[in-house]
Amino acid sequence: MSEIKPQGIINSPIRPVGIVGYGAYIPRYRLPGTEVSRIWKGEPLQGPVKEKAVAGLDEDVITMSIEAARNAIARAAIDPHLLRAVWVGSESHPYAVKPSGTIVAEAIGAPEHIQAGDWEFACKAGTEAIVAAMGLVGSKMGDYAMAIGMDTAQGKPGDALEYTAASGGAAFIIGPAEEALASIDAQYSYVTDTPDFWRRAHQKYPEHGQRFTGDPAYFHHIISATSTLMKETGMSPEDFKYAIFHQPNEKFPTRVAKQLGFKPEQFKDGLLSPVIGNTYAGASLVGLTAVLDIASPGDRILVTSYGSGAGSDSFIFTAQEALLERRKAALRTVDYIKRRTVIDYATYTRYRGKIAMS
Amino acid sequence: MSVEKMNINVIAAGIGQTNVGELWDVSLRELAAEAILGALKDSGNLKPQVIYVGNMLAGSASRQANLGALIAEDVGMRGVEGVTVEAADASGGAALRMAYLAVLSGAVDAALAVGVEKFTDVIGSESESFISQMLDANFEAAQGLTPLSLAGLLFHRYMHEYSADREAFAGFPEVAHANGATNPYAMYQQPMRIGAYQKRVSKDAWVLNLFDVAPYADGAAAVILTREDVLSRSWEHPLVKVIGSSLVTDALSIHDRPSPLVWDAARLSIERACRGAGVMPKDADFFEYHDATSLHATISLEAAGFASLGKGWTLAKPEIIGLNGKIPVATFGGLKARGHPLGATGVYQAVEAVMQLRGEAGENQVEGAKLGLIQSLGGMASTAVAHVLARQ
Repeated sequence: MSEIKPQGIINSPIRPVGIVGYGAYIPRYRLPGTEVSRIWKGEPLQGPVKEKAVAGLDEDVITMSIEAARNAIARAAIDPHLLRAVWVGSESHPYAVKPSGTIVAEAIGAPEHIQAGDWEFACKAGTEAIVAAMGLVGSKMGDYAMAIGMDTAQGKPGDALEYTAASGGAAFIIGPAEEALASIDAQYSYVTDTPDFWRRAHQKYPEHGQRFTGDPAYFHHIISATSTLMKETGMSPEDFKYAIFHQPNEKFPTRVAKQLGFKPEQFKDGLLSPVIGNTYAGASLVGLTAVLDIASPGDRILVTSYGSGAGSDSFIFTAQEALLERRKAALRTVDYIKRRTVIDYATYTRYRGKIAMS
Repeated sequence: MSVEKMNINVIAAGIGQTNVGELWDVSLRELAAEAILGALKDSGNLKPQVIYVGNMLAGSASRQANLGALIAEDVGMRGVEGVTVEAADASGGAALRMAYLAVLSGAVDAALAVGVEKFTDVIGSESESFISQMLDANFEAAQGLTPLSLAGLLFHRYMHEYSADREAFAGFPEVAHANGATNPYAMYQQPMRIGAYQKRVSKDAWVLNLFDVAPYADGAAAVILTREDVLSRSWEHPLVKVIGSSLVTDALSIHDRPSPLVWDAARLSIERACRGAGVMPKDADFFEYHDATSLHATISLEAAGFASLGKGWTLAKPEIIGLNGKIPVATFGGLKARGHPLGATGVYQAVEAVMQLRGEAGENQVEGAKLGLIQSLGGMASTAVAHVLARQ
């Protein structure tokens, strides 16, 4: 009788996998927090982030996903025909019914015989898609799968979230570890039914449970996922060069990183929310692309996302030799952050469709 | 009829309390049960024949009425007499009053007063509208007034009438937070920096700021009252009696009162409770007042006779109202730092007073406390409940 190996809680595919291509996209427009408070508080006060990235009139999750996906393909240096899946994670898919994935797949030249669909899990829809891609490639159902986390997040006018709800995200091609720019060494997810933030069907803006979104939601899930992953893999904070956490603002990821024992030099490079806001499904992923843009081979990277509702996906990556050359093939995350046009609140309301036209 | 004529001494025999705070993972019934089971144990396992539940918002915030039956069942007391007592955020004090009357009358050997509130399951405009039920629905809440906005308006009036020193009000939260810092049940266990208060005052002097307003919270507290002859011989606490009790109402709407800044029910409830006890307010070793806002704090001190009209704030100094002062207040943090679980608050005050009088208050102990005065206000003191407790 063959020995039955108990199923561990750490996700580790039969075939080792990694990131073979990645690309970020952040739209050019920036709305300063002082603009939101000028309109809603009567004076330009400092908000939870300096400014947030805003998609332009002709942009949505699909167009931005295509931008990021093209960057990922450039870095992967593969024929898009080799993709076996194109998955888009977002909470602002342009259609309620009609996949973003098929449009993105066709635009980037993926073949017809693929899996294409959309993921939704608040701010961790993108990392959920990555875990699915790990499964697809790791089981040898395909060699390459694309997972995207992208959002044009909605913040109700005047709500605390309007300061941070931003646009942007990143695309990743998951492939065999031997071709990887960064290997995926271990992955663990932690989910519970926690109603901290939601948007029901036909609602334009999400609702949230105020302070409930903190301790029992964001902090509990990120800490549970990250500490379990580190414990199960025998790692400690010192083993990582970089750490990236979901970043709805500046305060939360800074606090959670410190609680977990990480130092500012480990998390500052992946902390983009102060200058682009919270890109929701893209937030932890643009943090990862920013770090991949600068990491050296052998650097270990921890990423933990958080999605309301609620759950966290935690990953351990190791940068590989191939990263150094191949990352030059597309614009860096910082290039998108630097490409910046400040807009006022009125322009923002027009760009984001906040004015009722009928 | 006076206590002496009834010839019954009402003893506070058992106390229990839960943490105060945003207790998202604890339900109304669990909160009540935790406080009650603590009180039952502390009482030497008395068997109360009646439960008075002080609660303001279960019907709205938890969609739950009929708390007497709910809670009796949950603590293994199915069949016992049980009923909710509602008097806005004085509900806890009112429940204590009912328990006191029940024991004093001889109708029961032991009565349980439990205050319980589960407030933080609702947020935003929903919670604001629920909390505003303590005001006059037709003439106040319908105009958009909430308890805090009304307190804010009255505070403006107070500053205008009495030309008070605005920065002096810092002493109220300063003392509350200093005491809350050593209360393991308190919602806020950190001291307040005076600079943080002054910064807010310098921005907008006449506004009630964050530090002037007690946080609405979840929590439960329970007290078991009985007669001395019912106590078990193995019960070992110092004997604490309830020697005065009074509940007074005033016009519900502020505009129906002769002066918006003179809260008659607050004054009368202290007067009557003290008269019944045969003591003067100044004889009290501490005063658990209803500091829902700094306005409530200053007016409460005036109503109790510790300061003349418009001068309550002059007492807001640690050397006067701190644990070693002439009249210590909020000895476990008060509403401001322990937290304000609405219908439970009045029972927390009683629990804390019993701890003081037993000499079991630890770092919060008022040295040699023999006589305690507690007062719970509903709304802008449209209901006021006062009790005098004494150590034998």
